Amino acid sequence: MSDAASKTDTPLVVAGRTLNSRLIIGTGKYKSYAQNAEALVASGADMITVALRRVNLSDPTQERLVDHIDPKKYVFLPNTAGCFTGEDAVRTLRLAREAGGWDLVKLEVLSDPKHLYPDMEETLRATDMLVKEGFDVMVYCSDDPVYAKKLEAAGACAIMPLGAPIGSGLGIQNSVNIRLIIEEAKVPVIVDAGVGTASDAAVAMELGCDGVLMNTAIAEAKDPIGMARAMKHALIAGREAYLAGRMPKKRYADPSSPLAGLI
Amino acid sequence: MSRIEVTVNGETRSVPADLTLTGFLELLELDPRKVAVERNLEIAPRSQYDAIKIAAGDRLEIVQFVGGG
Repeated sequence: MSDAASKTDTPLVVAGRTLNSRLIIGTGKYKSYAQNAEALVASGADMITVALRRVNLSDPTQERLVDHIDPKKYVFLPNTAGCFTGEDAVRTLRLAREAGGWDLVKLEVLSDPKHLYPDMEETLRATDMLVKEGFDVMVYCSDDPVYAKKLEAAGACAIMPLGAPIGSGLGIQNSVNIRLIIEEAKVPVIVDAGVGTASDAAVAMELGCDGVLMNTAIAEAKDPIGMARAMKHALIAGREAYLAGRMPKKRYADPSSPLAGLI
Repeated sequence: MSRIEVTVNGETRSVPADLTLTGFLELLELDPRKVAVERNLEIAPRSQYDAIKIAAGDRLEIVQFVGGG
Protein backbone atom coordinates (compact mmCIF):
# COMPACT_ATOMS: atom_id res chain seq x y z
CA MET A 1 0.00 0.00 0.00
CA SER A 2 2.50 2.58 -1.13
CA ASP A 3 -0.37 4.85 -2.23
CA ALA A 4 -0.56 8.30 -0.72
CA ALA A 5 -3.99 7.33 0.66
CA SER A 6 -2.38 5.47 3.50
CA LYS A 7 -0.34 7.93 5.50
CA THR A 8 -0.85 6.57 9.00
CA ASP A 9 -0.39 2.88 8.27
CA THR A 10 2.78 0.86 8.61
CA PRO A 11 3.65 -1.62 5.85
CA LEU A 12 3.09 -5.35 6.11
CA VAL A 13 6.21 -7.14 7.30
CA VAL A 14 6.46 -10.94 6.95
CA ALA A 15 9.48 -12.70 8.44
CA GLY A 16 11.47 -9.48 8.29
CA ARG A 17 10.53 -8.70 4.68
CA THR A 18 8.66 -5.44 4.12
CA LEU A 19 5.96 -5.62 1.46
CA ASN A 20 4.69 -2.55 -0.35
CA SER A 21 1.24 -4.05 -0.80
CA ARG A 22 -1.07 -6.03 1.44
CA LEU A 23 -2.32 -7.91 -1.59
CA ILE A 24 -0.60 -11.16 -2.57
CA ILE A 25 -1.68 -12.78 -5.81
CA GLY A 26 -1.49 -16.27 -7.20
CA THR A 27 -0.20 -16.99 -10.70
CA GLY A 28 -2.41 -19.91 -11.69
CA LYS A 29 -5.34 -20.12 -14.11
CA TYR A 30 -4.44 -17.12 -16.27
CA LYS A 31 -4.87 -17.34 -20.05
CA SER A 32 -1.15 -16.68 -20.43
CA TYR A 33 1.87 -15.64 -18.43
CA ALA A 34 1.70 -12.32 -20.29
CA GLN A 35 -1.81 -11.66 -18.96
CA ASN A 36 -0.63 -12.78 -15.55
CA ALA A 37 2.21 -10.27 -15.62
CA GLU A 38 -0.13 -7.47 -16.67
CA ALA A 39 -2.58 -8.30 -13.85
CA LEU A 40 0.29 -8.30 -11.40
CA VAL A 41 1.27 -4.77 -12.36
CA ALA A 42 -2.36 -3.62 -12.11
CA SER A 43 -2.77 -5.23 -8.67
CA GLY A 44 0.19 -3.40 -7.18
CA ALA A 45 1.19 -6.61 -5.39
CA ASP A 46 4.84 -7.35 -4.88
CA MET A 47 4.50 -10.91 -3.68
CA ILE A 48 3.22 -13.77 -5.84
CA THR A 49 2.64 -17.43 -5.11
CA VAL A 50 4.17 -19.94 -7.49
CA ALA A 51 4.01 -23.72 -7.79
CA LEU A 52 6.83 -26.15 -8.48
CA ARG A 53 6.30 -28.71 -11.23
CA ARG A 54 8.25 -31.05 -13.46
CA VAL A 55 9.88 -29.45 -16.48
CA ASN A 56 8.27 -30.52 -19.76
CA LEU A 57 11.14 -32.50 -21.27
CA SER A 58 9.48 -32.93 -24.64
CA ASP A 59 9.38 -29.15 -25.16
CA PRO A 60 12.18 -27.43 -23.29
CA THR A 61 11.56 -24.17 -25.15
CA GLN A 62 8.01 -23.63 -23.83
CA GLU A 63 7.25 -20.33 -22.07
CA ARG A 64 8.36 -20.01 -18.48
CA LEU A 65 6.88 -17.94 -15.69
CA VAL A 66 10.26 -16.39 -14.94
CA ASP A 67 10.47 -15.08 -18.51
CA HIS A 68 7.44 -12.89 -17.78
CA ILE A 69 7.72 -12.12 -14.07
CA ASP A 70 11.17 -11.23 -12.78
CA PRO A 71 12.09 -13.00 -9.52
CA LYS A 72 14.42 -10.08 -8.77
CA LYS A 73 11.53 -7.59 -8.91
CA TYR A 74 8.85 -9.59 -7.13
CA VAL A 75 8.88 -11.83 -4.07
CA PHE A 76 8.23 -15.39 -5.26
CA LEU A 77 6.42 -17.43 -2.63
CA PRO A 78 6.67 -21.13 -3.56
CA ASN A 79 3.67 -23.18 -2.50
CA THR A 80 3.07 -26.85 -1.83
CA ALA A 81 -0.22 -27.07 -3.71
CA GLY A 82 -1.06 -30.67 -4.50
CA CYS A 83 0.78 -32.03 -1.45
CA PHE A 84 -1.20 -34.29 0.83
CA THR A 85 1.43 -35.22 3.41
CA GLY A 86 3.99 -33.33 5.43
CA GLU A 87 6.80 -35.25 3.72
CA ASP A 88 5.55 -34.27 0.24
CA ALA A 89 5.44 -30.64 1.32
CA VAL A 90 8.93 -30.68 2.78
CA ARG A 91 10.36 -32.41 -0.32
CA THR A 92 8.71 -29.85 -2.60
CA LEU A 93 9.92 -26.86 -0.61
CA ARG A 94 13.49 -28.14 -0.41
CA LEU A 95 13.47 -28.19 -4.21
CA ALA A 96 11.84 -24.76 -4.29
CA ARG A 97 14.57 -23.41 -2.04
CA GLU A 98 17.19 -24.77 -4.45
CA ALA A 99 15.30 -23.39 -7.47
CA GLY A 100 14.83 -19.94 -6.02
CA GLY A 101 17.45 -19.58 -3.38
CA TRP A 102 15.15 -18.20 -0.68
CA ASP A 103 13.59 -19.55 2.50
CA LEU A 104 10.17 -17.87 2.55
CA VAL A 105 7.53 -20.40 1.55
CA LYS A 106 3.81 -21.07 1.64
CA LEU A 107 2.80 -24.35 3.18
CA GLU A 108 -0.47 -25.98 2.25
CA VAL A 109 -1.18 -29.60 3.04
CA LEU A 110 -4.53 -30.52 1.57
CA SER A 111 -6.96 -33.31 2.26
CA ASP A 112 -9.90 -34.12 0.01
CA PRO A 113 -9.68 -32.73 -3.59
CA LYS A 114 -13.42 -32.06 -3.44
CA HIS A 115 -13.12 -29.26 -0.90
CA LEU A 116 -9.32 -28.77 -0.74
CA TYR A 117 -9.67 -28.15 2.95
CA PRO A 118 -6.31 -28.24 4.75
CA ASP A 119 -5.36 -31.33 6.74
CA MET A 120 -4.50 -29.45 9.90
CA GLU A 121 -2.79 -32.30 11.72
CA GLU A 122 -0.39 -32.77 8.78
CA THR A 123 -0.09 -29.01 8.30
CA LEU A 124 1.04 -28.53 11.89
CA ARG A 125 3.51 -31.41 11.63
CA ALA A 126 4.92 -30.05 8.35
CA THR A 127 5.20 -26.54 9.82
CA ASP A 128 7.30 -27.94 12.63
CA MET A 129 9.53 -29.86 10.17
CA LEU A 130 10.04 -26.84 7.91
CA VAL A 131 10.75 -24.39 10.73
CA LYS A 132 13.40 -26.78 12.03
CA GLU A 133 14.98 -26.79 8.54
CA GLY A 134 15.24 -23.03 8.62
CA PHE A 135 12.29 -22.10 6.40
CA ASP A 136 10.11 -19.04 7.02
CA VAL A 137 6.70 -20.64 6.70
CA MET A 138 3.47 -18.86 5.80
CA VAL A 139 0.78 -21.40 6.53
CA TYR A 140 -2.52 -21.93 4.71
CA CYS A 141 -4.91 -23.20 7.37
CA SER A 142 -8.49 -23.70 8.38
CA ASP A 143 -10.28 -20.84 10.15
CA ASP A 144 -9.81 -22.60 13.49
CA PRO A 145 -8.45 -20.21 16.16
CA VAL A 146 -7.06 -23.13 18.21
CA TYR A 147 -4.97 -24.49 15.33
CA ALA A 148 -3.91 -20.96 14.42
CA LYS A 149 -2.36 -20.62 17.88
CA LYS A 150 -0.64 -23.98 17.53
CA LEU A 151 0.84 -22.98 14.16
CA GLU A 152 2.14 -19.76 15.62
CA ALA A 153 3.68 -21.65 18.54
CA ALA A 154 5.35 -23.99 16.01
CA GLY A 155 7.01 -20.97 14.41
CA ALA A 156 4.77 -20.02 11.46
CA CYS A 157 5.68 -16.52 10.25
CA ALA A 158 2.16 -15.84 8.95
CA ILE A 159 -1.21 -17.45 9.58
CA MET A 160 -3.30 -17.75 6.43
CA PRO A 161 -6.83 -18.97 7.14
CA LEU A 162 -9.17 -19.67 4.27
CA GLY A 163 -12.13 -17.35 3.81
CA ALA A 164 -13.95 -20.07 1.83
CA PRO A 165 -12.83 -23.15 -0.15
CA ILE A 166 -10.01 -22.56 -2.66
CA GLY A 167 -11.33 -21.28 -5.97
CA SER A 168 -14.93 -21.02 -4.73
CA GLY A 169 -15.22 -17.23 -4.68
CA LEU A 170 -17.81 -17.45 -1.90
CA GLY A 171 -16.33 -14.69 0.24
CA ILE A 172 -15.58 -14.74 3.98
CA GLN A 173 -17.76 -17.53 5.38
CA ASN A 174 -16.84 -17.30 9.04
CA SER A 175 -15.95 -13.77 9.99
CA VAL A 176 -16.29 -14.61 13.69
CA ASN A 177 -13.43 -17.11 13.48
CA ILE A 178 -11.27 -14.89 11.30
CA ARG A 179 -11.63 -12.10 13.84
CA LEU A 180 -10.79 -14.44 16.72
CA ILE A 181 -7.64 -15.55 14.90
CA ILE A 182 -6.62 -11.92 14.29
CA GLU A 183 -7.19 -10.95 17.91
CA GLU A 184 -4.95 -13.76 19.16
CA ALA A 185 -2.17 -13.70 16.57
CA LYS A 186 1.13 -11.92 17.01
CA VAL A 187 2.23 -12.72 13.43
CA PRO A 188 0.46 -11.40 10.30
CA VAL A 189 -2.92 -12.94 9.47
CA ILE A 190 -3.59 -13.15 5.75
CA VAL A 191 -6.87 -14.46 4.40
CA ASP A 192 -5.92 -17.00 1.75
CA ALA A 193 -8.56 -18.36 -0.60
CA GLY A 194 -12.28 -17.80 -0.98
CA VAL A 195 -12.39 -14.18 -2.10
CA GLY A 196 -14.68 -13.71 -5.12
CA THR A 197 -14.87 -9.98 -5.68
CA ALA A 198 -13.64 -6.66 -4.32
CA SER A 199 -16.13 -6.40 -1.44
CA ASP A 200 -14.99 -9.80 -0.10
CA ALA A 201 -11.42 -8.52 0.09
CA ALA A 202 -12.60 -5.32 1.77
CA VAL A 203 -14.52 -7.36 4.36
CA ALA A 204 -11.36 -9.34 5.19
CA MET A 205 -9.38 -6.14 5.66
CA GLU A 206 -12.16 -4.49 7.72
CA LEU A 207 -11.98 -7.46 10.08
CA GLY A 208 -8.36 -6.48 10.70
CA CYS A 209 -6.50 -8.92 8.47
CA ASP A 210 -2.98 -7.89 7.57
CA GLY A 211 -3.40 -8.93 3.97
CA VAL A 212 -5.28 -11.04 1.45
CA LEU A 213 -3.96 -13.71 -0.88
CA MET A 214 -6.07 -14.49 -3.94
CA ASN A 215 -5.77 -16.13 -7.32
CA THR A 216 -9.02 -17.22 -8.97
CA ALA A 217 -10.94 -14.02 -8.18
CA ILE A 218 -8.56 -12.16 -10.49
CA ALA A 219 -7.60 -14.88 -12.98
CA GLU A 220 -11.19 -15.94 -13.69
CA ALA A 221 -12.76 -12.48 -13.77
CA LYS A 222 -14.03 -11.46 -17.23
CA ASP A 223 -11.36 -8.78 -17.20
CA PRO A 224 -8.51 -9.97 -14.96
CA ILE A 225 -6.58 -6.73 -15.32
CA GLY A 226 -9.62 -4.67 -14.26
CA MET A 227 -10.29 -6.99 -11.32
CA ALA A 228 -6.66 -6.82 -10.23
CA ARG A 229 -6.98 -3.03 -10.07
CA ALA A 230 -10.31 -3.33 -8.19
CA MET A 231 -8.69 -5.64 -5.63
CA LYS A 232 -5.88 -3.18 -5.07
CA HIS A 233 -8.44 -0.49 -4.19
CA ALA A 234 -10.55 -2.91 -2.13
CA LEU A 235 -7.62 -3.76 0.10
CA ILE A 236 -6.73 -0.12 0.58
CA ALA A 237 -10.38 0.78 1.32
CA GLY A 238 -10.82 -2.12 3.74
CA ARG A 239 -7.58 -1.40 5.54
CA GLU A 240 -8.32 2.31 5.89
CA ALA A 241 -11.85 1.55 7.16
CA TYR A 242 -10.38 -0.84 9.73
CA LEU A 243 -7.87 1.77 10.91
CA ALA A 244 -10.52 4.50 10.94
CA GLY A 245 -12.87 2.36 13.03
CA ARG A 246 -16.40 1.85 11.84
CA MET A 247 -19.44 3.43 13.53
CA PRO A 248 -21.52 1.19 15.76
CA LYS A 249 -24.46 -0.60 14.17
CA LYS A 250 -27.82 0.66 15.46
CA ARG A 251 -31.28 -0.82 15.43
CA TYR A 252 -33.07 2.34 14.38
CA ALA A 253 -32.58 5.40 12.22
CA ASP A 254 -30.64 8.40 13.50
CA PRO A 255 -31.10 11.58 11.44
CA SER A 256 -28.00 13.23 10.10
CA SER A 257 -29.54 16.74 10.02
CA PRO A 258 -30.20 18.58 13.32
CA LEU A 259 -33.75 18.42 14.69
CA ALA A 260 -33.33 21.79 16.45
CA GLY A 261 -34.32 24.90 14.49
CA LEU A 262 -36.87 23.16 12.29
CA ILE A 263 -39.30 25.65 10.76
CA MET B 1 30.41 -44.82 -26.32
CA SER B 2 28.51 -46.79 -23.69
CA ARG B 3 25.06 -45.72 -22.62
CA ILE B 4 23.16 -45.98 -19.35
CA GLU B 5 19.49 -45.83 -18.43
CA VAL B 6 18.16 -43.25 -16.00
CA THR B 7 14.67 -42.14 -14.99
CA VAL B 8 13.94 -38.46 -15.53
CA ASN B 9 10.60 -36.99 -14.38
CA GLY B 10 9.16 -40.49 -14.41
CA GLU B 11 10.40 -41.39 -17.93
CA THR B 12 13.18 -43.86 -18.67
CA ARG B 13 15.90 -42.42 -20.89
CA SER B 14 19.05 -43.80 -22.38
CA VAL B 15 21.91 -41.31 -22.07
CA PRO B 16 25.68 -41.45 -22.64
CA ALA B 17 27.66 -42.76 -19.68
CA ASP B 18 30.05 -40.41 -17.85
CA LEU B 19 27.80 -37.35 -18.03
CA THR B 20 27.95 -34.73 -15.30
CA LEU B 21 24.71 -33.14 -14.22
CA THR B 22 25.73 -30.02 -16.14
CA GLY B 23 26.20 -32.14 -19.28
CA PHE B 24 22.91 -33.91 -18.67
CA LEU B 25 21.00 -30.62 -18.48
CA GLU B 26 22.74 -29.46 -21.66
CA LEU B 27 21.61 -32.65 -23.37
CA LEU B 28 18.04 -31.87 -22.34
CA GLU B 29 18.47 -28.24 -23.52
CA LEU B 30 17.60 -26.90 -20.06
CA ASP B 31 18.96 -23.70 -18.54
CA PRO B 32 20.46 -24.76 -15.19
CA ARG B 33 19.61 -21.36 -13.70
CA LYS B 34 15.89 -21.91 -14.23
CA VAL B 35 15.46 -25.41 -12.81
CA ALA B 36 16.13 -27.39 -9.66
CA VAL B 37 17.19 -31.02 -9.59
CA GLU B 38 16.53 -33.80 -7.15
CA ARG B 39 18.67 -36.92 -7.59
CA ASN B 40 17.61 -40.11 -5.85
CA LEU B 41 15.42 -38.09 -3.48
CA GLU B 42 18.24 -35.73 -2.55
CA ILE B 43 18.62 -32.12 -3.63
CA ALA B 44 21.43 -31.62 -6.11
CA PRO B 45 22.96 -28.27 -5.09
CA ARG B 46 23.50 -25.98 -8.08
CA SER B 47 27.13 -25.46 -7.08
CA GLN B 48 27.73 -29.20 -7.49
CA TYR B 49 26.31 -29.67 -11.02
CA ASP B 50 29.80 -29.95 -12.55
CA ALA B 51 30.88 -32.49 -9.95
CA ILE B 52 27.82 -34.75 -9.90
CA LYS B 53 28.16 -37.77 -12.21
CA ILE B 54 25.02 -39.31 -13.62
CA ALA B 55 24.94 -43.04 -12.80
CA ALA B 56 22.92 -45.94 -14.20
CA GLY B 57 19.56 -46.24 -12.46
CA ASP B 58 19.54 -42.64 -11.17
CA ARG B 59 16.10 -41.24 -10.53
CA LEU B 60 16.08 -37.55 -11.36
CA GLU B 61 13.37 -34.95 -10.90
CA ILE B 62 13.86 -31.69 -12.76
CA VAL B 63 11.44 -28.98 -11.73
CA GLN B 64 10.75 -25.31 -12.29
CA PHE B 65 8.42 -22.60 -11.03
CA VAL B 66 5.06 -22.46 -12.78
CA GLY B 67 1.91 -20.45 -12.15
CA GLY B 68 0.05 -21.47 -9.01
CA GLY B 69 -2.11 -20.17 -6.20
